[in-house]
Amino acid sequence: MSVVEAIDLHRTYRTSTGTIRRKWIDVEAVRGVSFAIEKGELFGLLGPNGAGKTTTIKMLITLLIPTSGTAKVLGHDVVKDAREVRKRIGYVFGGERGVYERLSGYDNLRYFAELYGVPPGEQKQRIASLLELVGLTGREQERTEGYSRGMKQRLHVARGLLHDPPVVFLDEPTIGLDPVGARELRATIASLVDAGKTVLLTTHYMFEADALCDRIAVINKGEIVAHGTPAQLKQNVAEGAVVEVEIFGIPEGTVERVRELPGVNAVSVEEREQAQVLIVQTPADIELTHAILGRLDGANVGRVSRREPTLEDAYVALVSSGE
Amino acid sequence: MAFGWYFQFKAISRSPFEGLFQIIWPLFFATVAFLMFRAGTDPKTLLYASLGAAVMGMWSATSTTAGGAMQRERWHGTLEALVASPPHFSLILLPITLAMSTIGIYCLVATLLFGRFVFGIDLTVEHKVAFGVSIVGTVLSFGALGFLFAVSFVRFRAAWALGNLFEYPVWLIGGFLVPLVLLPDWVRPISWVLAPTWGMNAIRESALGGTPWPDLALCLALGVAYLTLGVLALDRVLGAARKRATLSLT
Repeated sequence: MSVVEAIDLHRTYRTSTGTIRRKWIDVEAVRGVSFAIEKGELFGLLGPNGAGKTTTIKMLITLLIPTSGTAKVLGHDVVKDAREVRKRIGYVFGGERGVYERLSGYDNLRYFAELYGVPPGEQKQRIASLLELVGLTGREQERTEGYSRGMKQRLHVARGLLHDPPVVFLDEPTIGLDPVGARELRATIASLVDAGKTVLLTTHYMFEADALCDRIAVINKGEIVAHGTPAQLKQNVAEGAVVEVEIFGIPEGTVERVRELPGVNAVSVEEREQAQVLIVQTPADIELTHAILGRLDGANVGRVSRREPTLEDAYVALVSSGE
Repeated sequence: MAFGWYFQFKAISRSPFEGLFQIIWPLFFATVAFLMFRAGTDPKTLLYASLGAAVMGMWSATSTTAGGAMQRERWHGTLEALVASPPHFSLILLPITLAMSTIGIYCLVATLLFGRFVFGIDLTVEHKVAFGVSIVGTVLSFGALGFLFAVSFVRFRAAWALGNLFEYPVWLIGGFLVPLVLLPDWVRPISWVLAPTWGMNAIRESALGGTPWPDLALCLALGVAYLTLGVLALDRVLGAARKRATLSLT
């Protein structure tokens, strides 16, 4: 039996426009997502903003009811046995919200330890060891409103592990953290798997998924567009090439003009200090550099290079393919 | 439950700005009562008014903080964390509303003390034990009513405004300052289904030498009814919130 099992999950949101003549619109956030996670596995759900990652994770942790489809955690249905699921899972949301700001980190943990039924005799010891794990020892008596974003994030991690759950859901836990903080948190996540826990991690950082995950499912526009090990995903674009063009002030419509070129598989733009880098994925046997430069509309061009694709390029190709 | 109450009480009472209200409110209510009833010759009239003002303070503290507390859970993003935890949500919500009522007790005591020391109102209570029991019963029923409100705050984001909406009418309908017999007949059935009406009667009866027990029994019975209704509604309300994805909205 898989630890986490999602079968054809759908989730539609109802939203409205207009005030007097109100129009109701159905937005399909998740469209038939299926996957299974085995015991002790670190499974990554990777996708851009708005792809359906958080909606999927919220259905699995019982905060949202799927529009259709089923999901089970440790054999318990997330709709019918929500309470049994909640007892067995921990979850961590990225971001600064989700803590009682006027109270100390210790009080926050103590409250949730009570809610999750940690025996009173064990609470002190458990909280102390988690504070140590997330590097908040010595700061626990301060009000959380004075915590940095990274400290709040680490407090979230401690809270998610209070009752020592066998399954942990992490929703973009490193978002907004500085590089050192993010690296430390990634080390903590890796240690969870070493401790025998099953982890579902959502992220939009390719390198994070590559470094941590045993398997990855790439989700885009509510659908899983690819899944496999990081090596298998890289294989999808191994036959291609990537042209990078540094541009100082990219003209409007450049991405669309380059995308129209025959042979171009995917186009994306990355901000780098004062310049933007146009990243174009092409087949390995076609040389498109000159054609790309011809579509830049006289823009101020810096360095131009051609390289082999990375896992990040595989991801970009996957999420761009539906556009 | 006990730690939940302590934790939530600490969270609610930590704001210096709201703390200021807890000083201004009782002073305001005590002043209103004194100015309205100072012309009366019977010293018991001032005590009658002072008790009304005190329960007004208790009611205001409970009704407005009930909405504010759930709104705060939404703003802080903690509502989802509470819903996703294993206990039945009523066991999480009840300590929150009881913490609010506890702030109400402070408001009641402060209003009486302001009346006593600023305006010299005689606070001689005839049946002290019954008076204490009536206050505790009233606080519990206020907590139960706050719980019923909070259930709607879980489902509807803007429902915090309900707390403010109910604040002033209940002063009148509950007979806090004006006796119920002076109100139109059609208002009375509304008064009867409000626990504050009976709690107010019980507190006055015990202080002024009457019989508080029937009023107290009705007050507590209504409190139990609010709790039962709230618990029954909660599963449906939470189901609807999970269906409509409104838990994370601020």
